[in-house]
Parts: sequence; C-alpha cells; structure tokens
Amino acid sequence: MARSVTTSRRITFTIIAWVIALILFFPILWTIITSFKSEGDAIAFPPVFLNFHWTLDSYREVQERSDYLLHVWNSAAISFGSTLIALLISIPAAWAMAFNPGKRTKDILMWMLSTKMMPAVAVLVPFYLAFKNLGLLDTKLGLIIILTMMNLPIIVWMLYSYFKEIPGEILEAARMDGATLGKEIVYVLAPMAVPGIASTVLLNIILSWNEAFWTLNLSASLAAPLSTFIASYSSPEGLFWAKLSAASTLAIGPILVMGWFSQKQLVRGLTFGAVK
Amino acid sequence: MRFQGWMLGAVSALAIAGAAHAETTLTIATVNNGDMVRMQKLTDDFTKANPDIKLNWVTLEENVLRQKVTTDIATKGGQYDVLTIGTYEVPIWAKNGWLVALDKLGPDYDVDDLLPAIRNGISADGKLYAAPFYGESSMVMYRKDLMEKAGLKMPDAPTWDFIADAARKMTDRKEGINGVCLRGKAGWGENMAFLTAMSNSFGARWFDEKWTPQFDQPEWKKTLEFYVKLMKDAGPDGASSNGFNENLALFQQGKCGMWIDATVAASFVSDPKASKVADKVGYALAPDNGLGKRANWLWAWNLAIPAGTKKTEAAEKFVSWATSKHYTELVASKEGWANVPPGTRKSLYANADYQKAAPFAKMTLDSINAADPTKPTVKPVPYVGVQFVAIPEFQGIGTAVGQQFSAALAGKETVDAALKAAQAATEREMKKGGYIK
Repeated sequence: MARSVTTSRRITFTIIAWVIALILFFPILWTIITSFKSEGDAIAFPPVFLNFHWTLDSYREVQERSDYLLHVWNSAAISFGSTLIALLISIPAAWAMAFNPGKRTKDILMWMLSTKMMPAVAVLVPFYLAFKNLGLLDTKLGLIIILTMMNLPIIVWMLYSYFKEIPGEILEAARMDGATLGKEIVYVLAPMAVPGIASTVLLNIILSWNEAFWTLNLSASLAAPLSTFIASYSSPEGLFWAKLSAASTLAIGPILVMGWFSQKQLVRGLTFGAVK
Repeated sequence: MRFQGWMLGAVSALAIAGAAHAETTLTIATVNNGDMVRMQKLTDDFTKANPDIKLNWVTLEENVLRQKVTTDIATKGGQYDVLTIGTYEVPIWAKNGWLVALDKLGPDYDVDDLLPAIRNGISADGKLYAAPFYGESSMVMYRKDLMEKAGLKMPDAPTWDFIADAARKMTDRKEGINGVCLRGKAGWGENMAFLTAMSNSFGARWFDEKWTPQFDQPEWKKTLEFYVKLMKDAGPDGASSNGFNENLALFQQGKCGMWIDATVAASFVSDPKASKVADKVGYALAPDNGLGKRANWLWAWNLAIPAGTKKTEAAEKFVSWATSKHYTELVASKEGWANVPPGTRKSLYANADYQKAAPFAKMTLDSINAADPTKPTVKPVPYVGVQFVAIPEFQGIGTAVGQQFSAALAGKETVDAALKAAQAATEREMKKGGYIK
C-alpha cells in the first residue's frame, strides 16, 4: 500500500516537474518556432502553433545582412576571456576569505556585492570617457575588462560559499606535509572544489554571453558581440518578429549546446565529489 | 611607474594603429529600416568608385542606436564617421556644434532639388547639417470596400468631422472591425508623434512664444476629448498599448477601417504577401479642421557627419553618394522604382516611372509639402518640429505627457486630469531647463 502511494506521488511530482520545465522552456520554444514563420504568420492573431508554412527565409535574410560568425567569435572571446581572468583573480580572493577570514571579511564581501546594486547606466559616461582615452572603445580587450569587473563580485561570492564547505583541516594537513601556498591552492583546494568552480565558470560564461548593456554601448562594429547582432533585428517601423526570432535562435544556439554538454560534466563532477 | 610607462606605450600604439586606419575606414552607424538595409547591400557601387575607402557598418534598432550615438557624440568619442539621425536631433546637435556643416557635397549634388519642407528641418542658419536619406509624413489609409459599404466617399483632403463620422459608421463590433486605429502607446515617438501632429490641426501648440506650456488651453482639451471619444466609439480594444507595429498588424488583418500613420506604412499595407487587404487600400491626406494646418507630421532619416571625426572628406563623399540622384537610379535599376527611398527629392516625384510603380507617391509628396517644421502650428511658436519640439528636454517631457494621455485613453484618468498633470510635468521640466521662471 505504502509502495503504491510513493509511486503515485512520484508520478505526480514527475508531471509537475515536466509542467514547470515546459513553462520555463516555452518562450525559447516559441522563439524557435517563430523563427521558421513568415513575417505575416509571426504576427497572426490568434497565433498559429505548428500549422503554418515553414520557411527558412528569416535565416537567409539574417545571414545576408550580418556577419554572424564574427559576432559569435567576439561573444566567445569576450565571455571566455573575462571568465578566465575573473577566475584567476577570484580563486585566491575566495581562498583568503574562506580560510583566513579577518575582522572585515564579511564587510568586504558585502561591499563587493554592493557594487552590483548601482544601475549600470549611471556610470556609462565616465566609463565611456575612460575607454575612449585608453583607446579601448570597440575592442575585445575593453569588453573583457568591463565584463570581468561586472562579474567578479558574483564569482567571488560563489567560490567563497563553495570553499566554506571544504574542511580547513585538509588544507592544514597539506601544509603540514610541506605544501607551499601555491601548491595548496592548485593541488589540494582546486581539485576538491572542481564542481563548484565548474558551475561558477558556466554561470559566468552565460552571464557574459547574455550581457547586453556594456557590450552594446562600448562596442561599434569590430568587437560587437551577439547582443548587437540581436539588437539590429527589432524595429519600431515594420514587421520583424520572425527575423528577430531567427537572430535570437542563432545567438542562443552555441550557449545552449555548451550548457547542455557541460551540464553532463557538471553532474559527473558533483557525483565524484559525493563519492569522495 | 613602470606600469604607467607600459600603459602609455600601449595607448600610443593603439592610437597609431587607429591613425593608420584613419584614411581608409569609415564607421557608419545606421538604423535598421528597410531602406537603410538596402543601402548597405548596394555599397559595392561606392567602394568601386572609391577603392581607398572601406566601410564598416553598425546597424541597430532606432532606440538602441539613438542611445549609443548620443553617448558617443556627447563625449566626443569619435567611434563613428557617419551617423544616421532623425529630424529631431539635427537642429539640436547642430546648435551644440556636434555636426559638420555639409557644404561640400560635390557639384552634381543639386541641393535645390531637396524638398523644401525636409531641407528646412535639417538646416540651421541657412546651412545644411545633414543630408536626407528618406523622408516621410503621415496620411490616412482606409479600406475602400468598407467605406463604400458605409455609403461614404473619402475626399482627398478629409476633415476630422468626416473621419469621425466615417469611423463610427464603419465600426462593426460583431465582425471585429474597428472604424479607426490610432496610436495609443505612450512615448514621445509613439502616441505623442500622432497627438502632437493632430493637435496642430486643432490649433493647439506645445508652448507659446515665451515657452509657457499650453496644455491648459482649450485647443488641447478639444484635441484630447475628440481623440478619446473617437477611440472609445470606433477604436480597437486595448488601444492604449498600440503603436505603429500593433496597428499595422490590425490593419493588415482587416480589422481597421482607417489608420492614420506614417506614409511608409503604405508599402506594407499594399504588399499582398503580408496584407490580407492589399488590394482594397485607399489613401488620403491627414485630416484638418479648416484652420490651415493638417494633422500630418514630417520626419526624415538623415546622414550626418560628427564634428569629432578625422575623416571628414571620405565621410562627405559617402554622404553625398548615399543621398544623390545617382543612388536613386542605382536602387531603381537593381530593385525597381517602388523600392527607391522616398520623400527627399523633387526630381523623384517628377519621374513617370516612379509614379507608375508607387501609387501612393502623390499622396506622400502632398503630405510632406503640407508640413512645415519651421511653422508647424496655427499660432506662432518658438520651436522647430511638427510632431516634436526640437529641444533636448523633449524626449523626457514628451514621454511623460504621453503616459498621461495614454492613461486618459485607457479610461484610467479623465481628460481634464491628464491635461492638468501634463501641464504640471511640462512646467516643472521647463523651469528646470531654465526656459521659464
């Protein structure tokens, strides 16, 4: 009896999980479907779901009008570059805060987070001037720097909370065995924190990939990432839903695939951690 | 110290790299409207004639572009060599000294061929500060079949009374047909573009000669009452969230009897691939009230050269090419006369091929000619602009007032309350801006 209750419960939970997942995924699905419609079908009311004339016209036009590969390359360089630099800075920072906290560690953490509380547009002009004077406008290096700064607080916070879970005694043991500080971080701490670092990396890449304020405002043509690519397909005069959907689908494609693959890695990393 | 030296070296290396490029590469910022996208495709013609000039494009949606370009020009960032800007920006930016005066567009350019209404809007002190790429006004688009069914005939130049009467007669709620579709979505370029142009025909104005806001005057009350009542009787549900695209969709689906909006819409509603009513559309001038001003606006997208660029000469060559008669002919030969950018040159409207290919050509020209950005209203005003006021504060004020009027349309607020709030908001901003005490 008890067993059948669990089974029906399990089924109910499975259904609920599926419904929630579908609701979350629906906007993306709708975008993908719309990208195969003609502009007329895209605005049709009541909306058509699958029963329309499928066409690749929007993709063709997007390919003709924009240099998609350039934007993808820029997006990849910017998000991977900024993640790498941020990681190099934040692992030592999080290590220091987690294992050697000082009197003001909590305050420093809060202060770092507080930099995220100001609306970005408030500092647009100072940053624009600084970038102009340093010759960083419309360069990948400039965008990597700004995105590193943008995401550092989040990365430090995430790594800090992962590191806190690791017992300090293990590091102590390593030190007793004669490990230097560098060796301690690279050979003892990092391997144990792999799942945490991996999910931090993934999240940071996604955040950088989708960032659409600084990348739009500080780039022009040469360093323009996918956010600019998408922004060139909406229009206040004229129909654009299908084209915009095609551009969006192309823009989220790489990150979706990457997320899918690294998700498997992530799960594996997590289970390894559990066995240890 | 060493780090600083390194930075200095890096910066100067970048600067030198920039200078080496300077002679050849133009960065052009432009909106992504159909005509501009077409220009981008046709630039081989330009680069063939000017092999030493390379073009880089930044094509963006209007609002994103406006923000980027404004940031760049206000900080003298110098990222762009050619800008696409609207008639709203040109007079303001010219006054700030942000734009290069265009007096070297070449011997074949024929400045006098530009339509006077358009040219006036982008000149300051008799000098041209931008070259018009395409121009538009607004007009009435209507369903001939529904008009006939209602037993009426649309005159070429209707009055507001006729429009209101026809709208009520054409409305058929059971069939889902709304007599008239008008903009209601709040924004200085959305409902306020339409309502400001409409108010001109009711004798209203934004400011008197001393910059005092005029929303407490009877003309504005008449305008807004007329609009709200008409939309209640004959407009679509949820009109307060409808802008250009929403109304376009409604009209193309056959849900509107009339639609008063940008002349550029004519090519969309008459396109059989997108519009269910393509063969049933007629055109007329925007309505008036017999006061000498019609409810049509005037807008042009123009190419301008920022004062910060070091590549003025190459930029001038490009601007001249893109807005020339030669370019018109190039588009016609490659894509047909119907796709030529409209509304900037007299010669285009004298062209028989163009008249044949674009049935709405005459109405577009008449509409543009009926607007005068330097004398937009019945009573005198201190500003330039038909559906906007060309002062930097207008984007903010226009949108604030637009929100009040949109609320009045939605029935969340009375007309009187909306006007009172609009007057207060405008007075406050104008005091802040130092126009009034």
